[in-house]
Amino acid sequence: MPHWAPVNLPAAFLLHSITPGVSNMIAKLAKTCTLRISPDKLNFILSDKVANGGVSMWCELEQENFFSEFQMEGVSAENNEIYLELTSENLSRALKTAQNARALKIKLTNKHFPCLTVSIELLSVSNSSRVVTHDIPIRVIPRKLWKDLQEPTVPDADVSIYLPVLKTMKSIVEKMKNISNHLIIEANLNGELNLKIETELVCVTTHFKDLGNPPSASEDASQARNPEQMAEVRIDIRRLLQFLAGQQVNPTKAVCNIMSNKIVHFDLLHEDVSLQYFIPAFS
Amino acid sequence: MKCLVTGGNVKVLGKAVHSLSRIGDELYLEPLEDGLSLRTVNSSRSAYACFLFAPLFFQQYQAATPGQEALRCKILMKSFLAVFRSLAMVEKTVERCCISLNGRNSRLVVQLHCRYGVRVPAGRLRPSLVLPCAPCPRAKQMPTPVSVVLRPIPDVVSVLGEAVQPFPPTLAEVTLGIGSGRRVILRSYQEEEADRTVKAMVTEMSIGEEDFQQLQAQEGVAITFCLKEFRGLLTFAESANLSLSIHFDVPGRTCHLPRPAIFAIKDSLLDGHFVLATMSESDLRSPELHRLAPPLQAHSTPHLDDFANDDIDSYMIAMETTADIEGSRAVPSVSFSPGHQPPASPGPYSEDNDTEPSIEPGTPPPKKFRSLFFGSILAPAHSPPGPSPVLAEDSEGEG
Repeated sequence: MPHWAPVNLPAAFLLHSITPGVSNMIAKLAKTCTLRISPDKLNFILSDKVANGGVSMWCELEQENFFSEFQMEGVSAENNEIYLELTSENLSRALKTAQNARALKIKLTNKHFPCLTVSIELLSVSNSSRVVTHDIPIRVIPRKLWKDLQEPTVPDADVSIYLPVLKTMKSIVEKMKNISNHLIIEANLNGELNLKIETELVCVTTHFKDLGNPPSASEDASQARNPEQMAEVRIDIRRLLQFLAGQQVNPTKAVCNIMSNKIVHFDLLHEDVSLQYFIPAFS
Repeated sequence: MKCLVTGGNVKVLGKAVHSLSRIGDELYLEPLEDGLSLRTVNSSRSAYACFLFAPLFFQQYQAATPGQEALRCKILMKSFLAVFRSLAMVEKTVERCCISLNGRNSRLVVQLHCRYGVRVPAGRLRPSLVLPCAPCPRAKQMPTPVSVVLRPIPDVVSVLGEAVQPFPPTLAEVTLGIGSGRRVILRSYQEEEADRTVKAMVTEMSIGEEDFQQLQAQEGVAITFCLKEFRGLLTFAESANLSLSIHFDVPGRTCHLPRPAIFAIKDSLLDGHFVLATMSESDLRSPELHRLAPPLQAHSTPHLDDFANDDIDSYMIAMETTADIEGSRAVPSVSFSPGHQPPASPGPYSEDNDTEPSIEPGTPPPKKFRSLFFGSILAPAHSPPGPSPVLAEDSEGEG
């Protein structure tokens, strides 16, 4: 395997508390994604390619919240990271078995092809050991491509607002999808958020009120802006739906940042996992 | 034939039919002295399943109307399954199920007696053939392969069921074998295709020998068979908490023909046998696949409507014939000693996985299952004695 050689691979970690929820969510958001392993974090990354419709995702977990043992060795001392590409569904399927696990171990191996080997020792009544091993094929991403996989910089938002219950949003957007391919998401600093679709025959708007706005980073900017004024972005409705479908559980914190006519940025926190999802304006 | 199933057994019967429906499209119903047998074979003749419900399973069991011959029939699986389609409904509302076979008007009648006095004529099925029970050698006299016997403890049957859960829905085959340390391995089977750009995930479950009531096998032996059919029987075994035993042979020195594997589930009231063809090569240790068997022989495709040629019993006779030919093979067997303790090492994961040398992919195996044991080698001397009188013409299906 030509790409294999420079990377030194044993990265072995044991999951202390297993959360297949994260991998399920990722599997719904991106068919293929990049897993970045660094000494203190794990990231699931989807970079903004044309193939994704310009959508990008950055999901982050602090390793100490999940692993009782974590060892890794990256490419070199200065670049102590590993970037792998894998099919998300494989990981979520593999971790599903971990729900009844006594111990879980994830290792990078090279059995016939490079893989992420997930070894799960199942709980059993007797002393017997039952082990399930999943070899997830991966592709190691060469260092020269790492620059495209960095955390997206978030420009100052025109409006930041807390999101309503995501399940409610999802059922509304699902119905709207039958009418139009595009949706306008708009919000203001008065805690109001609207989802609008417009066609030749009909316009449908759903209004959410009293959502609250997070404190602004710069006081000047927020005071200058008229609280009633809406910032809006017109996006592909399917991308929004895909994002909402991935949220099985209501997050601890959910903020929506709108850069007028440019991009909508969802910033969620699910207990120990942070997820950022960017949907660009439809051009 | 007339029989009455009551209480929880109706659901058991329903589950058995669901299991059988995973295999074949036609169901052979035959009332025998030792119970009601339900059998099916798949279209490629590579899988056969049979359930025998003992007379005690029924509240009433009458194999034949006194003074008349016992009748057996063949019906569309779909029709019979429709009666038991919703197992939840069956469990909740059905109190009794009455099945009767009427030779005079060639009907198989299934009546469901539900709660609150509701009676549902669940099906007036028109069998495609109704015949008297011909005196043939019994299906259950098939030879049992003996070189490998696995009998997992009941708890493990459901573990096996869970083990196949993560296998992708598109996966066709699995490999079952004995790995190092006498651990039983169940692994998703991947066809070796050199030009495959997107590799598939490989899932393997490894179970220690302490989880088997009986484990008689040699390390390294393995068979590969169809997952869908295996799933069908696992679901049934799990739900009914029955004991499962798995028997298979490995190709011997003198004859490289693969032998089918037999999965048997049993309790005092019923007996189930699933016979699945195995692929002509299986090796747990390396992906290198040996082409041992000669090219697949073309087998005759009997007319499905003609019961006489399509007689399930003749297929079983063919199996016995095969057994005679290969009878003198050396059969490896190592008995399981109950006192064996697993090694004290921290875990069964082998730490040298990442240092395994790369293995050159071998030639791809023949994809098809051998279906030799059904039909193609039926020697003339063993064919059933002439076509039996047909009591009912085949029909297009349920009326």
